Amino acid sequence: MIEFRDVAYSYGGGELLTGITLSLAPGSFHFLTGPSGVGKTTFLKLCYAELIATAGTIEIFGQDTRSMSRDAIARLRQRVGVVHQDCEFLDHLPVDENIALPLTVSGREAQIGNDLDELLAWVGLRERRHALPPELSGGERQRAALARAVITSPELIIADEPTGNIDWEMSLKLLKLLIELNRLGKTVLIATHDLNLIRAARAAQASARVLRIRNRRVEPAGAEL
Amino acid sequence: MLGDLLALLAGDRRADRVVPPTGFTARLTVFASAAMAFLAVFALALSLATGRLAERWSEELARSSTIRISAPPGQVEVQTQAVLRILATTPGVASARALSAAEQRALLEPWFGPDLDLSALPVPQLIDVVETAEGFDAEGLRLRLAAEAPGAVLDDHTRWRRPLVAAAGRLEALGLMSLALIGGATAAMIVLAASAALAANARVIRVLRLVGARDVYIARAFVRRFTLRSMAGAGAGTLAGMAAVALLPEPGPEASFLTGLGFVGAGWLAPLAIPALAGAVAFAATRFAAFRTLKGLT
Ligand SMILES: Nc1ncnc2c1ncn2[C@@H]1O[C@H](COP(=O)(O)OP(=O)(O)O)[C@@H](O)[C@H]1O
Ligand SMILES: [Mg+2]
Repeated sequence: MIEFRDVAYSYGGGELLTGITLSLAPGSFHFLTGPSGVGKTTFLKLCYAELIATAGTIEIFGQDTRSMSRDAIARLRQRVGVVHQDCEFLDHLPVDENIALPLTVSGREAQIGNDLDELLAWVGLRERRHALPPELSGGERQRAALARAVITSPELIIADEPTGNIDWEMSLKLLKLLIELNRLGKTVLIATHDLNLIRAARAAQASARVLRIRNRRVEPAGAEL
Repeated sequence: MLGDLLALLAGDRRADRVVPPTGFTARLTVFASAAMAFLAVFALALSLATGRLAERWSEELARSSTIRISAPPGQVEVQTQAVLRILATTPGVASARALSAAEQRALLEPWFGPDLDLSALPVPQLIDVVETAEGFDAEGLRLRLAAEAPGAVLDDHTRWRRPLVAAAGRLEALGLMSLALIGGATAAMIVLAASAALAANARVIRVLRLVGARDVYIARAFVRRFTLRSMAGAGAGTLAGMAAVALLPEPGPEASFLTGLGFVGAGWLAPLAIPALAGAVAFAATRFAAFRTLKGLT
């Protein structure tokens, strides 16, 4: 699903990530962890072509991201659900229209409907569906962002610190949703520094793998977690 | 491109909503389009009217010059024959012909009524001269006439009318050029307004790109908006311009030598093309601005 071959990335200074070779198989469930500032967000951005590797090659769905046109990147993003760390929304549209946005922009408006209601209930935003994004709390924003990421039922779900602002109970609920989607065959990649979340996930989903960024490299984490 | 135009006319309310209202640039676009359309109506009226004028004058030009022979009654016939002989050998004269008494009476009828007895009046004999395309040497002809038919006067209207026809033709071209310039200025203005709107919405565009919107989708939201506004503004401006033209005072029949500045007959349909043209210009201009700006955003 995602193939990294000797990938490096630099924002212009020294290399932030280097020598990364790994592959995320379809249907896998991965966590990415490491201290703040180590490059988790950067790695995820490479996974949905918001950033292009400065060295090496990254293939997503079998396509080399470096040679993709803007249109091809847009179509790639229609197949990936992303919870961005900064959870940006269109501030002039209510929450429910924001959540439905991936369907709207890809000409799949017809699918908006039952899925949206169900999803709003799942993330506990049914009462807030007509609110505008600036009126939401940090936790509500993250829940809305997760709902927006999964509404298209994408093959690949990438979440950047999706539980950073939510209480433990809601975190578990969102985690359950992601595990559920993984059981349906979706590939899941979650960046988090919350070890409790990783432990809870492994208890529920034995196949969950943990990657860690250390010394500018992404490597499997040992059993010490 | 055609598909986009059709999709645009079909409209898509949900797609429209993904870009927030751009109030200020919107009003500026409507106003500027209206003003440009208003000007375009006058430029169009000017070039249509001067076109008519040039055509009418050059028609009359092609028609003739006139030679008038005023002489004592006994002399007229002799001098007429002399003039016709001269004309037959003058280079640049295609044909020449003395008007009959009936024709001369018809010319005078509007002034003196139908019962005029020409023989009672010292009416000069008129000779109609048709020139070739090169024309004749008027000074040379005058000298020969003075020598052989002292009562003959060459009334050479082509000489003063020809520059007028040229001026009218030039004015028509200027009118058309003004139309082109108005179109160009409208395009430039819309490129600026659309670029400003796009720049102001950089964050919105970023979010749209992140959730998988293609450039054409984002561009379309802006293109639709600017095209519709520009058409609406141009529609209002055109109607105002047409009303102003309709209210121009009519030249009376005495001035039929000139021509009304307004539109004539089916000419009234011509300005109705202005809003459609404004829409086409806005469509192309916004599309250009949108794709240019979008390429610079990630
Ligand atoms: N757009 C950018 N330009 C320059 N440096 C950046 C940019 N984004 C992130 N960085 C730097 O790259 C490093 C890793 O950032 P990030 O990937 O966000 O880490 P994490 O998500 O693990 O906290 C940080 O030191 C950050 O300051
Ligand atoms: Mg981060």
